[in-house]
Amino acid sequence: MANVERPLSPHLQIYRWHVTMATSILHRATGCGLAAGTVLLTWWLVAAAAGPDYYAMVQACLGSWLGRLVLLGFTWALFYHLLNGIRHLFWDAGHGYSLPVANKSGWAVIGGSVVLTVLAWILAYAWK
Amino acid sequence: MSNANKPMRSALKNVRGLGAAKEGVQHWWMQRVTAVAMIPLLLVMLVCLLKLASGDHAAVAVAFKHPLFALVALLSILAVFWHMKLGLQVVIEDYVHSEGLKLVSLLGITFATFILGGIAALSVLKLFFGA
Repeated sequence: MANVERPLSPHLQIYRWHVTMATSILHRATGCGLAAGTVLLTWWLVAAAAGPDYYAMVQACLGSWLGRLVLLGFTWALFYHLLNGIRHLFWDAGHGYSLPVANKSGWAVIGGSVVLTVLAWILAYAWK
Repeated sequence: MSNANKPMRSALKNVRGLGAAKEGVQHWWMQRVTAVAMIPLLLVMLVCLLKLASGDHAAVAVAFKHPLFALVALLSILAVFWHMKLGLQVVIEDYVHSEGLKLVSLLGITFATFILGGIAALSVLKLFFGA
């Protein structure tokens, strides 16, 4: 058995990156990012409950260039995790396991998350 | 090796299907249930929040007075924080190998999730019931 060439985990420094690897780790990374983002979301809800003055202060913070940058990242992470989550649900149901399909759905998730993020921000600025 | 083909598990264990953690597929299943629930919930919440982001405090206060919006907000909070707890738990179980640190981390994210979710839900309730 010792002579059998067993499959190894990807050695990240020398292994060519595949879109399926990238989408996998991005799902976890965006999940952790979104978890951190719930602190902001909760802060915004607390501000809304606290009253107009505190709400205006929090809105000013979130509306600053740094706030907008964080919210932009949060929006993309949300759409990415949402779309890739739906991809995972299809896998759970037993569909889309072949390599060509998995690669295509991976690119679709990445592209789709960028498109939806842009659309959401266009909508936000249009309503401003 | 005559025992090689002998099943080591009793039929009862297979029927219960609870495994070593004694909770079976509960973690996996609830992660999916909350995921499916969040698809419509968060799409509605996102559009509403994008709209509210441009308005003042009065608009937010009015929005949360609507029972349907308050309900969607509360259900979203429940699904989001539940899903978040399950997800962070897997990350910790994957990467934290020291038993003590793992235990403390798991307690930490569980408490943090409940506290944060509690604050979020309380804020929505205050806006809904408040004057």
